[in-house]
Amino acid sequence: MAELQFREAIKAAIDEEMDREEKVFIMGEEVAEYDGAYKSTEGLLKKYGFKRVIDTPISELGFSGIGVGAAMNGLRPIVEFMTFNFAVLALDQIINHASKAGYMTGGQISMPIVFRGPNASAGQLGATHSVAYDSMYAHFPGLKVIYTSEPDDAKGLLKSAIRDDNPVIFMESEQMYGMKGEVSDEDDYIIPIGKGKIKREGSDVTVVAHGKMYHVAKQAAAQLEKDGVEVELIDPRTVKPLDLPLIVESIKKTNRCVVVDEAHPFGGFASEVGFLIQREAFDYLDAPVQRVTLPDVNAPFSKPLFDAWLPDAKQVIDAVNQVTYRN
Amino acid sequence: MAKKKTDEVRFAPTGIGDEKDGAIQKGVDLPAPTRKKHKSLGLSEDDLKDMYEQMFLQRRFEERAMQQYQKGKFGGFLHLYIGQEAVSTGTVYALNDDDDIITAYRDHGWGLCRGITPNEGMAELFGKKTGCSKGKGGSMHFAKTENHFWGGYGIVGGHIPIGGGLAFANKYNQNNRISATFFGDGAVDQGSLHETLNIAKLWGLPAIFVVENNGYSMGTAAKRHTVAEIVDRAKGYDIKSKVVNGMDVFSVFEAMKEIAEWVRENSEPYFVEIRTYRYRGHSMSDPQKYRTKEELKEYQENDPIERLKSYLLDEGILDEDGIEEIEEKVEQEVLDAVEFADESDFPDEEALYDDMFAEDEPYFHN
Ligand SMILES: Cc1ncc(C[n+]2csc(CCOP(=O)(O)OP(=O)(O)O)c2C)c(N)n1
Ligand SMILES: [Mg+2]
Repeated sequence: MAELQFREAIKAAIDEEMDREEKVFIMGEEVAEYDGAYKSTEGLLKKYGFKRVIDTPISELGFSGIGVGAAMNGLRPIVEFMTFNFAVLALDQIINHASKAGYMTGGQISMPIVFRGPNASAGQLGATHSVAYDSMYAHFPGLKVIYTSEPDDAKGLLKSAIRDDNPVIFMESEQMYGMKGEVSDEDDYIIPIGKGKIKREGSDVTVVAHGKMYHVAKQAAAQLEKDGVEVELIDPRTVKPLDLPLIVESIKKTNRCVVVDEAHPFGGFASEVGFLIQREAFDYLDAPVQRVTLPDVNAPFSKPLFDAWLPDAKQVIDAVNQVTYRN
Repeated sequence: MAKKKTDEVRFAPTGIGDEKDGAIQKGVDLPAPTRKKHKSLGLSEDDLKDMYEQMFLQRRFEERAMQQYQKGKFGGFLHLYIGQEAVSTGTVYALNDDDDIITAYRDHGWGLCRGITPNEGMAELFGKKTGCSKGKGGSMHFAKTENHFWGGYGIVGGHIPIGGGLAFANKYNQNNRISATFFGDGAVDQGSLHETLNIAKLWGLPAIFVVENNGYSMGTAAKRHTVAEIVDRAKGYDIKSKVVNGMDVFSVFEAMKEIAEWVRENSEPYFVEIRTYRYRGHSMSDPQKYRTKEELKEYQENDPIERLKSYLLDEGILDEDGIEEIEEKVEQEVLDAVEFADESDFPDEEALYDDMFAEDEPYFHN
């Protein structure tokens, strides 16, 4: 194992895949000469040159579509968004084209493309820079969606994403880039898409949390432990396809579940997981599934409002108390 | 035709590095400033004094804001307008007070020019409820709609069609007002500009679209991210256009005045490239490796505030004492603003749910 920052794990995955496969290239705003707005492509220009590490203008719709065309025509693009908040401009290409072209042409087109970058909020950046988009993408058939929480997952899953022959949305977080973690130094370390992970075993309640919210849930679990509540913490890692069996198996043991999600409540990851649990594990539940999400309100700038807006460990603890009838 | 060898294939043009012998692609070329004196531009001595105060205020406001940011008084992004103050000042002077202005996230100077008080501005940066946007927006979202300043917007290119929409409403209401939309050189590359220019010409929208070309889009020199001359974008849409020296407030005033009159008269769009320079990094965390200290110095020697100061002194409109008086007044105003912001209250937690919908008691999903 080696200790890597999140950004180093991302870079290592891209580096290894570019090294392995000539058809892989990366493009995005400031990825080359600036070494990446968040330094997750640092040094790649030097190593691979201007052909394969490409700075783009601020033209999200244009360069994403160029990525789509390049993928159709045999390349394996990695398209970086400075954040997924800006990928909104490219939705026509991702949703109307990348996710559908193969189907519409009766399977004549293959679309091996990765759209990646940070997702959701990153502190007080205001309403337009703070949205969690993972469940929105997961709504659309034809896309795989990954939102990782730790460097090890990021490395193994990004490598899988780059090798995948479908469009994959791969999400990170500005606030996690500096976070360190043990990363397998196994040669060609791959984590299959669609496999979640039990990151903490416990018998009292299952908490499902991914991306940045995994860390909030982890903090809550540590506090709950002091109160004698053992949380089983599941990081699905991949939003779609979702590792439902892992969650259901856990609930068979704990009989209770809280889902933590950094999206707004309506139609998000938490509501989907909640529905699936009632369908697949109804007989095992001792309490209704609870969720912790953002409120149904845009991100405010002001610090105390922002802190109130973003889900925190206290809210997770409250939800756990609710499903364990401890309050 | 002979095929290029693969190792020669490249896409984005280079700015820095071995390929250029370490040379850096330079920012912008400034066109010559106007030679006209204030009287022939229709500006009084009082106007000039006020312009000086306006520009100095924008500068000191941001310098103090930067200090407060570094002290940890507030978070988020902080994009400074320092170096570009002649653009906002000259424009606001040239337009009518009820003409509509909209800009991107580098918006403090615009807000101050359009009547956001230093108190309201600083409090917004601090996220206080006394801020111009009640602390909901922060640095990127200054706004004062009662003064026809529609705000700063954070999605590059996102507000360009909206500027067209402001003009649409003005034409619809036949109120003789026009709109002016400001955006960076980086935003020129967004499709939103091109769609909007086409519609604006097609529908005769009384709208001025202005690129504040400050040489860089984050770490990318304009010549590395956009082809040909920016101003020539207008040609394809049969829209009139002009390049203006944005380091000289007289030049901005002169050009924008003429353009505004023409746009009002003809109900037609206009496209302007104002060339300027930002002295500070893109935001607060920018190592600025994409430019040299010499280049920065070169533009700072054309500083718009120093330039106006010299004019005031040379023309005998103000002496050193007169200048100092203005500067001290501004200095105090800005210090007061910092104190005001610091002492103001944060919004109450219930304010989180305010301003989402038009109703007093809107529905929130839970
Ligand atoms: C759609 C979108 N893409 C990317 C960004 C990130 N971003 C913010 S400012 C900026 C550079 C814009 O440069 P320019 O338009 O020249 O304006 P300047 O900062 O020089 O005022 C970038 C890439 C964004 N805010 N919105
Ligand atoms: Mg610029």
